[in-house]
Amino acid sequence: MLVLSRKRDESIMIGDQIEIKILAVEGDQVKLGIVAPKTVKVHRSEVFKAIQEQNKEALFVSPNFLEQLKGK
Amino acid sequence: MKIATKFLGEVEIVEQDILTFEYGLLGLKDEKKFVLLPIDANLPLALLQSIEHVEIGFVLAYPFAFKKDYSFDISDEEREQLHIEREEDVLTYSIVTMKETFQDSTLNLLAPIIVNVNKKRGKQIVLQDNKSYPLRYQIGISEGSAK
Repeated sequence: MLVLSRKRDESIMIGDQIEIKILAVEGDQVKLGIVAPKTVKVHRSEVFKAIQEQNKEALFVSPNFLEQLKGK
Repeated sequence: MKIATKFLGEVEIVEQDILTFEYGLLGLKDEKKFVLLPIDANLPLALLQSIEHVEIGFVLAYPFAFKKDYSFDISDEEREQLHIEREEDVLTYSIVTMKETFQDSTLNLLAPIIVNVNKKRGKQIVLQDNKSYPLRYQIGISEGSAK
């Protein structure tokens, strides 16, 4: 992992199109501004983790689910 | 060829029907070959079955049957990844998490499964935050035509 130290209002570039700027540091919270092309999706990593867990949960299907559906 | 399925027993499939999920599914990166199988003609549901692992099978729902105003954009990058040329080749499904009853079960509207039926490509995409749909949309409160 690359580790960089930055101050408020400083930024880093990822490639030549993605800029991440430190907007504010308040206690243990850091506010980031992200400039990226539209084709690059930016998500909180919790979103990805939640979807991964949801996918695994969705694999648990009771064998009688077809009866379950018909009884709806 | 014959494959074993999670709920439908052994099913005969043709090789042309195999969908390639180049990027796997979130949390299941190595599962790349699936088939879509009908579950019951009267229900807007399908089974997404791995052709390699019988235990990897998802119940999918046709989301517009449960939420008629569901809409989102597919990014240019995803269009390329799925080799999408024409809108009519695109099918959208939501993964269903089954609960005790169907009404309590939920749809994942945040990360739909997109299938290019023409090129036999599939991908689970994550919708952008600003238009966020829930990860657990309860079927019982649905407002679509299947209600």
